[in-house]
Amino acid sequence: MSNVTVAELAATNLVIVAGKGGVGKTTVTAVLARAAADAGRRVLVIELDGKRTLDELVPDLEVRHLSAAELLEEYLFEHGFKRIAKRLASTGVIDVIGTAAPGIDDLVVLGKIKQLERTGQWDLIVVDGPAAGHAITFLSAAAGLLDAVRSGPVRDQATDVAEMLGDPDRCQVVLVTLPETTPVNELIETSYAIEERVGVRLAPVVVNQVDGATNLPDPTTVSFGRALVQVDDAVAAATFRRERVAAQQAELRRLEADLPIRQLHLAARPTAHLAPSDIAALADGLAP
Amino acid sequence: MTPSRLNTVVGGAQVLVCCGSGGVGKTTTAAVIGIEAARRGRRVVVVTIDPARRLADALGLPDGLSGDPQRVPIDIGGDGELWAMMLDTPAMFERVVRAHAADDEQADRIVANRFYQNIAGALSGTQEYMASEALHELHGDDRFDLVVVDTPPSRNALDFLEAPGVLSRFLDHTAFKLLMMPTRTGMRMLSIATQPLLRAIGRVVGSDVLADAVAFFQAFAGMDIGFRERAEEVTALLHDEATRFVLVCSPQRDTVSEAVWFAGQLQEQGFEVAATVVNRLLPHFGDGTVTDASNRAETARERGDDDQAALWANLAELRLIAGAERDQLRPLAERVGEQVLIEVPRLPSDVHDIAALELLGAHLFHESEPGG
Repeated sequence: MSNVTVAELAATNLVIVAGKGGVGKTTVTAVLARAAADAGRRVLVIELDGKRTLDELVPDLEVRHLSAAELLEEYLFEHGFKRIAKRLASTGVIDVIGTAAPGIDDLVVLGKIKQLERTGQWDLIVVDGPAAGHAITFLSAAAGLLDAVRSGPVRDQATDVAEMLGDPDRCQVVLVTLPETTPVNELIETSYAIEERVGVRLAPVVVNQVDGATNLPDPTTVSFGRALVQVDDAVAAATFRRERVAAQQAELRRLEADLPIRQLHLAARPTAHLAPSDIAALADGLAP
Repeated sequence: MTPSRLNTVVGGAQVLVCCGSGGVGKTTTAAVIGIEAARRGRRVVVVTIDPARRLADALGLPDGLSGDPQRVPIDIGGDGELWAMMLDTPAMFERVVRAHAADDEQADRIVANRFYQNIAGALSGTQEYMASEALHELHGDDRFDLVVVDTPPSRNALDFLEAPGVLSRFLDHTAFKLLMMPTRTGMRMLSIATQPLLRAIGRVVGSDVLADAVAFFQAFAGMDIGFRERAEEVTALLHDEATRFVLVCSPQRDTVSEAVWFAGQLQEQGFEVAATVVNRLLPHFGDGTVTDASNRAETARERGDDDQAALWANLAELRLIAGAERDQLRPLAERVGEQVLIEVPRLPSDVHDIAALELLGAHLFHESEPGG
């Protein structure tokens, strides 16, 4: 990983990785955590949504799993529900509260993250953010509750979380995309939405699975001599790859033109299943 | 090439549910299935959640889709028709409320309530619930004889199957029964004050927010039975023989595991996976092996022919990935059976025109050649 990137990550306590489903958010979380840990930082990785992928990708790093449902129960237990806490789920209290104050489940997760950030136990906390289109909702939970709830513990929590999100020395958001038309469009829309609605600082965006074969020769100009067998296959493969690389490069240029934020590229790995060694290689090679 | 399993499915089904994790090309697959079914003379409506601009463009709908079905202006030929709509969750929810309300006044009171708006906009599972309502509504619409639904990108694909009961289950809890207690003048506030449960809720979310909730349940009184019956109808439609499930995934380990798990769940609950579509598989480029190509790369390199070496090395690399992708599919093939697995190759660039959709259609409806 380039020193610039390590310095950028070191400048904040918390990085929340966000992006649509399928773009490789978890991979990017692992790579950023790996890179920071390799540079000697004390790193905590946080995984949401009950997935367990990061334990496999960065087996030697500390990974914590946060569940909104459990944290909400814990929160309610501490805020006046002690006697009836056991019945919270079966009586539907959690559902009433979640619906009366939408975003409270996201807020308790962010509240927990804020609490971990405040301990100062880690130089960098990397959060594998929520999946799909949930990222903006997740990040705007505090702002939404500040509008809706006028007093009480929820408001205090929302104030603290909003303060953390608004301070680039404490928190930044890394958006992830793929070098393809639709993911790039979505990244651009999400960037503006996050800036407008949340006011959190965007760190460099990460483009995942960038094909680095930009120098593959044009197969029509290459002589194969006497070789005949499988030559057609080699030509077809090169044509396919060159077309894909050209399409990706066009998307990267468009992203650069439409979104004035620095891009970091992660190379596509020749595998359908990433192993810790792939994460280490990607962390080493992360280049702007 | 022999026809794929999807051919029989689009011929006979009345409802097709496309499910799978996010980012695997579900919406595109739903659109391609819709086009092909329309070509076979069916009157098809495709319901999508959040179609990408490019897909709308490719379908000749540059202004995007709306919450009402609109005719897709591409050449179908014959008697078939293709329609498409985007799920508008709040609008759909309002329609369902109005259908169950005793009169406009009751519906207006509910729709204006903030607690209701939170349910329609943010209650977990609401989008899936409304997708299932849309499915039911369109199934009963005489204009169409096939409804293709692209399910929301849930964390859990099973959410869709449980969606019809979301509101009923929500209303079944003790907390709601308390909130829905018969209200004589003055009794309501008394009950909030005397119920420790409600007092505690009020302390966390604030009393005005709780008052909204109480007002919602008062306005909603009497409608819950209608909602429950409707949920049962929708559930019955999902279990109907004319409803078929198409599982969509891409050849990465995590989306394949999700598909395997979901296929198992469907089978356990008595649903049959009619077809499983694996999108974006890298082509294998011929019958040769990785070693064939890497040996040639090595030989060319020794000769000092770097350009030729680069092309052989590229062939070796793409074959390696193609092989790794097919290895990932093995557990899925074991679960659903080889014959229902349909492989769709990765195109060098995004689907952005009708020609690309046609190409995908050709792969979806014909089995690809072995290793091809």
